[in-house]
Amino acid sequence: MTFARRPLALGLVTLAAFAACGVHAQSALDDVMKAKTIRIAIPTDYPPYGFVGTDLQPQGLDIDTARLIAAKLGVKAELVPVTSANRIPYLQTRKADLVISTLGKNPEREKVIDFTYSYSPFFQAVFASKGLPIKSFADLAGKSVAVTRGAMEDQELSKVIPAGVDVKRFEDNNATIAAFVAGQTQVIATSASVAGNMMAKNPQVGAEYKLLLKDSPNFIGVAKGEDALRGKVNEILADAKKSGELDKMSQKWLGRPAGDLPQ
Amino acid sequence: MRIQFDFGAVLTEWPLLLHGICWTIGLTAVATVIGLALGIAFAWARASGPTWLRWVVGTYVELVRNTPFIVQLFFIFFGLPAAGVKLSPETASVIAMVVNLSAYATEIIRAGIAATPRGQIEAAQSLALGRVQIFTRVVLPPALAKVWPAMTGQIIIVMLGSAVCGQISTPELSYAANLIQSRNFRAFESYIIATLLYLALAIALRRLLQWVGPRLLFGR
Repeated sequence: MTFARRPLALGLVTLAAFAACGVHAQSALDDVMKAKTIRIAIPTDYPPYGFVGTDLQPQGLDIDTARLIAAKLGVKAELVPVTSANRIPYLQTRKADLVISTLGKNPEREKVIDFTYSYSPFFQAVFASKGLPIKSFADLAGKSVAVTRGAMEDQELSKVIPAGVDVKRFEDNNATIAAFVAGQTQVIATSASVAGNMMAKNPQVGAEYKLLLKDSPNFIGVAKGEDALRGKVNEILADAKKSGELDKMSQKWLGRPAGDLPQ
Repeated sequence: MRIQFDFGAVLTEWPLLLHGICWTIGLTAVATVIGLALGIAFAWARASGPTWLRWVVGTYVELVRNTPFIVQLFFIFFGLPAAGVKLSPETASVIAMVVNLSAYATEIIRAGIAATPRGQIEAAQSLALGRVQIFTRVVLPPALAKVWPAMTGQIIIVMLGSAVCGQISTPELSYAANLIQSRNFRAFESYIIATLLYLALAIALRRLLQWVGPRLLFGR
């Protein structure tokens, strides 16, 4: 079977070559300043943080934040649309310099990327139809819950649910919402903003807020060890917080000021 | 950017991977058996069924073969509930795979049937064999033997295509790889392992089909 084995060997060599040719960048900040462009990963499935408007252009709180940071750096913002599941790999593989994509901070993530100061408030919760009695996480036993794989609520949910909960994980928020709205699951775990939007567009579902999963403000993700870029972004965020720009953006998109965000 | 491999982080999640492999194999097995049976029936309908049936099957085949698999899957899982048909992700996945495979199998088998020499059928008729006997004993076995390599390839394509079923939360192999990746962020390792597993599954499946075909379906 030499003829079958040779392509396999060739494939493995190619794979090894891919692994070996990781080019080491000097510093992300230097690269950004030289290219006069910063690549920022943003969501397009997470209103009001990031979504595509009727003009097909991305907009939202995260996009405004991305533009603010690019403007303060004096460079052009190149927006890179990502999903909850692939935003960290985008940073790890340097397809983006910053991730401004409703990214919450937790120890698992801190192992693989670094975080700047927080830039906006955020919380996740469990939602279900009004007729479904859910008073505590124990009540979720035997019910099906839709959640976006790899999102903060996925990890939080895994920690608090009892055995016997049928968790259905979807690739992005749109699929998660579609599954819940179509009645494929009884419960949905998602962020308050996503749920708000879903409930407004689908009043027939009769969904309501049930349980708080986690209050988790958003941070900007930077590749591990890029301290120059992180320091610079922190400076910009601190200034924007002082000047009230962060509050103004939060007011515009979330209907409430950013409040006291952790640094 | 230096890449440091940590396969251990992925391999410690082996129960998830194993669970995923079982689902991928299970989905493929069910889809193959039902898909092939339907494919044979549809191929007969297209080759020698009544005119109205030819039209119905023809429309079905064209509809399925000219639309993307993921759209068919989403239609069944997200679309049908609006018509009151609620299916679990696993059932929806099997149905989508059966629908997909049966349409392709129809055309592959029809090609084999069309290649049957006219004289062979006439010889069977002269022996006073019935229509059903002629189809199952004279036409079908050599037809399947002729197209079996193509059919094997199509079944492998459907097996690999089942990776898409993870999108509706069917816990198959690529769903497991995605889930592991989203927990430990070892994307490269997760997908390398998933790639190797798919490769092994595809090679094993091809061997199995090459072995099964002559023994069960069309004789040596």
